Amino acid sequence: MGEPHIRLVDVVKQFPNSQSLAVDHLNLEIEEGETAVLVGPSGCGKTTTMKMINRLVEPTSGQIYVDGRDVMEQDPVQLRRGIGYVIQTIGLMPHRTIAQNIATVPELLGWEDSRVKSRVTELAGMLELSIELLSRYPSELSGGQRQRVGVARALAADPPVMLMDEPFGAVDPIVRARLQDQFLDIQDRLRKTIVFVTHDIDEAIKMADRIAILNVGGILEQYDSPKEILRNPANDFVREFLGSERGLKRLALIKVSEIEVEEGPVVAPGEPVQKAFEVMESSGSTWTSVVEDGELLGWVDRQALEGKARVSDAPAQKFSAFVTADSSLREALDSLITSETQVAAVVWEGQRYRGVLNLERISREILA
Amino acid sequence: MGVVAEALVWLTDAANWSGTAGIPNRVYEHVRISVFTVMCAAALAIPVGMAIGHTGKGRFLVVTLSNVGRAIPSFAILGLALPIAIKLNLGLGFWPTFIALFALAIPPILTNTYIGVAGVDRDLVEAARGMGMGNRQILRRLEMRLAAPVVMVGLRTASVEVVATATLAAIVAGGGLGRYIIDGFAVRDDARILGGAILVAILAIFTELFMGGVERLARPRTSS
Repeated sequence: MGEPHIRLVDVVKQFPNSQSLAVDHLNLEIEEGETAVLVGPSGCGKTTTMKMINRLVEPTSGQIYVDGRDVMEQDPVQLRRGIGYVIQTIGLMPHRTIAQNIATVPELLGWEDSRVKSRVTELAGMLELSIELLSRYPSELSGGQRQRVGVARALAADPPVMLMDEPFGAVDPIVRARLQDQFLDIQDRLRKTIVFVTHDIDEAIKMADRIAILNVGGILEQYDSPKEILRNPANDFVREFLGSERGLKRLALIKVSEIEVEEGPVVAPGEPVQKAFEVMESSGSTWTSVVEDGELLGWVDRQALEGKARVSDAPAQKFSAFVTADSSLREALDSLITSETQVAAVVWEGQRYRGVLNLERISREILA
Repeated sequence: MGVVAEALVWLTDAANWSGTAGIPNRVYEHVRISVFTVMCAAALAIPVGMAIGHTGKGRFLVVTLSNVGRAIPSFAILGLALPIAIKLNLGLGFWPTFIALFALAIPPILTNTYIGVAGVDRDLVEAARGMGMGNRQILRRLEMRLAAPVVMVGLRTASVEVVATATLAAIVAGGGLGRYIIDGFAVRDDARILGGAILVAILAIFTELFMGGVERLARPRTSS
């Protein structure tokens, strides 16, 4: 990988009339297409750090490079037009329609009307804002709709970099989760380089490729992927900030497809019962999965097979717990502990059998 | 005959509706100095108020000016303006009155402009700046538009005060509706005094209504 998209070198910020530093010799590299989340308690300088990237706040010392160019050597107004900006209170202009608000930066850049119009329509579609909303005014929208307009406005001129300061902070938890999911979907396609500020560690874990955990006084405590931070917190501050359920939070980030699952006992329906008994014997279980040409039919146990000739003579029972490749280990754990068997069948698309997952396997992952 | 009835007779006497001393000409003189003064005051106070509201620098000036401006009676300013105008060879009448009314009009316009601009949601301004709007664009597209109704309230207050106070012009040999009151006193003509006072009151009310209408037009649209 070459030059990081955004690079902070020894950045210090001390506000006038303040004894202490707001940001203390901060070094940070953000790769292109990556979402870096700055998280920490109030007074940790996360918002200040973000605002130094588009020069709403000027650093006391140190350098900030965007695309390899020192931001302090660029015209701040031109710089900001190339960086999307979303704040918690959104700041939509109350006297302009939604379409006009979204069109703010393209208009500043002097785009032609027809191009602005088609871009606004495109963004409305992307953020699932209905076309009728475009001619309304901000006061006529719900909180969640306004937040989406804020994101649409920041994306309008298709900037490679986005700065987002608690962009989903002002809505209720249900709407917030939906906005987060929607934004993750969009980011999946657009791959912007994003600096995202939040005080909510769960939001950070959900949104981030990498998390920067900052302490009061602008000290960087750890900068790593969510999984790595959860697995191996750098110090007590980070451990405490991550809060309880660290193991569960980490399981939520690991997909079933990322771990190796055991194949478990398997027989084909056409095979003699004797073969099923051998399979159970060798795996030390009292049941076996029944799989035909890769498709999972269910399971049978020793009792059901007693006195039968072939496996298919006994009715295959359905697994009460199922997980798919896309499930997280946390979801898998949930279906395991709520099922009777404490064993989950792992299936890929449709009913393609992959193996079985049990509590023991998951707890090994927690301890890894 | 009561004085009110006499005043009505005076107001409807055709002789009072023509010539230099006639009502149309006096109304014209009154409106002329009022409009001129308010426009001059606005030309100074609106840009200064915007600059102070936008930058937050010089708030002290606004507060002091508006307090002092309200404390000193226009009559006193007129007394001060008269010798100055004479010294500057500006003559009697128009210019001394202008100075007194100008001082009266500045505080409400300046204060309201400042409050209007400074009162625009700072998050909104920050979002605009963060998107790449320059100072001038923020002032023109955002702060001026959103402050307009508050500025208009200041202009309305100033206009009504100026129209009412322009009556003083007559004391320093100026024109306007004050002539009827001052001259009426001089010749003890109660009908003329009351007639003049009624005309000033009507003009002031008309100004209030007119500026109220303008103010409504200036209010930015925020719903469809």
